[in-house]
Amino acid sequence: MELMTRNETWNITYRHALGETASFFFANIRDYKKIYGRRCGHTGRVLAPPRAFSDQSLKPTTEWVEIGPGGIIEAFTMVYEEFQNLPPPPYAFGYVRLDKADTAIGGFFRGVDLSDPPAAARKLGIGTRVMTHFAEKRVGDVLDFWFELLD
Amino acid sequence: MSNTRVGIIGIGQSAFRARRDDAGYPDLVREAVTLALSDARLELDDIEAVVYSLSPDSMVGIGNAERLGVDAVGARNKRFLRINTGGATGISSVAAAYYHIAAGACDVCMTAGADKVGECGDSQTVLNKIWDPTYERALPLGTITMLAMSAVRYAHKYGMLQEDMAAVVVKNREHAAKNPNAHLRKQVTIDEVMASRLISWPIKLFDCCPQSSGGGAIVLASEKYIKERNLDAVWITGLAHSTESYYLGDRMGVGFTADHADAHALGESFQRAYKMAGITDARKQVHVAELYAPFSNTEFHAIEAAGLAKPFETVPDLRAGRFSLGGDTPVNASGGTLCTNAIAVTAMIRVAEVALQVRGTAGGHQVKGARVGIASGNGGDHQFFGTMVIES
Repeated sequence: MELMTRNETWNITYRHALGETASFFFANIRDYKKIYGRRCGHTGRVLAPPRAFSDQSLKPTTEWVEIGPGGIIEAFTMVYEEFQNLPPPPYAFGYVRLDKADTAIGGFFRGVDLSDPPAAARKLGIGTRVMTHFAEKRVGDVLDFWFELLD
Repeated sequence: MSNTRVGIIGIGQSAFRARRDDAGYPDLVREAVTLALSDARLELDDIEAVVYSLSPDSMVGIGNAERLGVDAVGARNKRFLRINTGGATGISSVAAAYYHIAAGACDVCMTAGADKVGECGDSQTVLNKIWDPTYERALPLGTITMLAMSAVRYAHKYGMLQEDMAAVVVKNREHAAKNPNAHLRKQVTIDEVMASRLISWPIKLFDCCPQSSGGGAIVLASEKYIKERNLDAVWITGLAHSTESYYLGDRMGVGFTADHADAHALGESFQRAYKMAGITDARKQVHVAELYAPFSNTEFHAIEAAGLAKPFETVPDLRAGRFSLGGDTPVNASGGTLCTNAIAVTAMIRVAEVALQVRGTAGGHQVKGARVGIASGNGGDHQFFGTMVIES
């Protein structure tokens, strides 16, 4: 017998409130090109991205600390496959521990030639120093900044 | 914990495939239920409670698809509970069924579910939605990229090569070739894995699990019920969960609790399950393991978290055949998650396969003389970890 199928697409809209902590973080990126983390008063750890409470002590964080703009790569990947509704490949992204922060924050790596994957992977190795770059037009979003290698 | 022993008396699983155009979603659930009831020699009316195994709704494209599943599992007028811990859903569901019985709420509880991942054209987009809309959604995070970063950190820490990852694929495909229910059953060589196209460095196409369609069901019962009816059973002697905190970036940097290279909370979960089961030396006491590993690299840290090998030993031990069928402790004798991933029931199938092994009815991929086995499931952003010890 003929087996039939039916196509469906979901297109759902949200307007997410970012809350006080993330709003402070994104407003400073948008208006001053400055990145802030939140310090946990109990452990002294500076969390980036900033949160209202600590992942380890579970207590409310107590203080804003300006972090970066330099940092080191903690994790990366380079994507060569196209996924629907995700950016066109190739691209590189990962996690950077910005100076004065204890945790790592996600972002794209730009300015790296991705045409030779093993060579690009060597350049993006864990421990490599990077610098934060900011978009000319900033809207208050995680895509307002990215990371580039120093040389 | 109560003194009620809980046994597995019925197991059902589909022959998993990319698509099942012959079966709608509830039909796939019913297929597994029918197989499990037949195995248990019970009728739907004998089941007192149902735990429904269903991970993100958007993967099957039906909001609260457990509504649609109620009739497939015969839950009308019965206790019914949906469980979702992402990829760990299946083992969490078995645990919830166990707790129904251990708590004395009922004597017979079934867990069942199905998934049709192959029907979703955007599974990585669905999985991207598990990240928060505030800080990380705009990044192309998905399960592949997230675990590719774990591979990068594991390689940096322990020296794993891409050829070592490929060796996991070769082993599991060899196992899957012996398992008629596995989805990817074609054997491959290390060279073929290395030549498959790069998806997300260092993960290549053959390092990835498939998107599978199929169902799973397990019937559990109290020792009293099993003894009174003289039923065959294998026993869940240990079970546990453990959980990582949310942010991926907290599993790196300085002063972290868990390294994203490893599977810290999976280790904690195994320790809890082992303590309950009285296992003090997993390497000597465990005969067979079904460890949730959807990408080749993740099998290494899963083996370490299960206490079957120490870091730095795992890669050479795997390459020497210690975790292959015929080796000391076969890992993923079914082919594992790497060869079959119907997300909502994948971790349930880990439990089902271990139960079949210790029962001695695994068929072509039977581990000879297996009496003690372990299963695990990982869900979320490498965040929720369920484990189980099953004995004959």
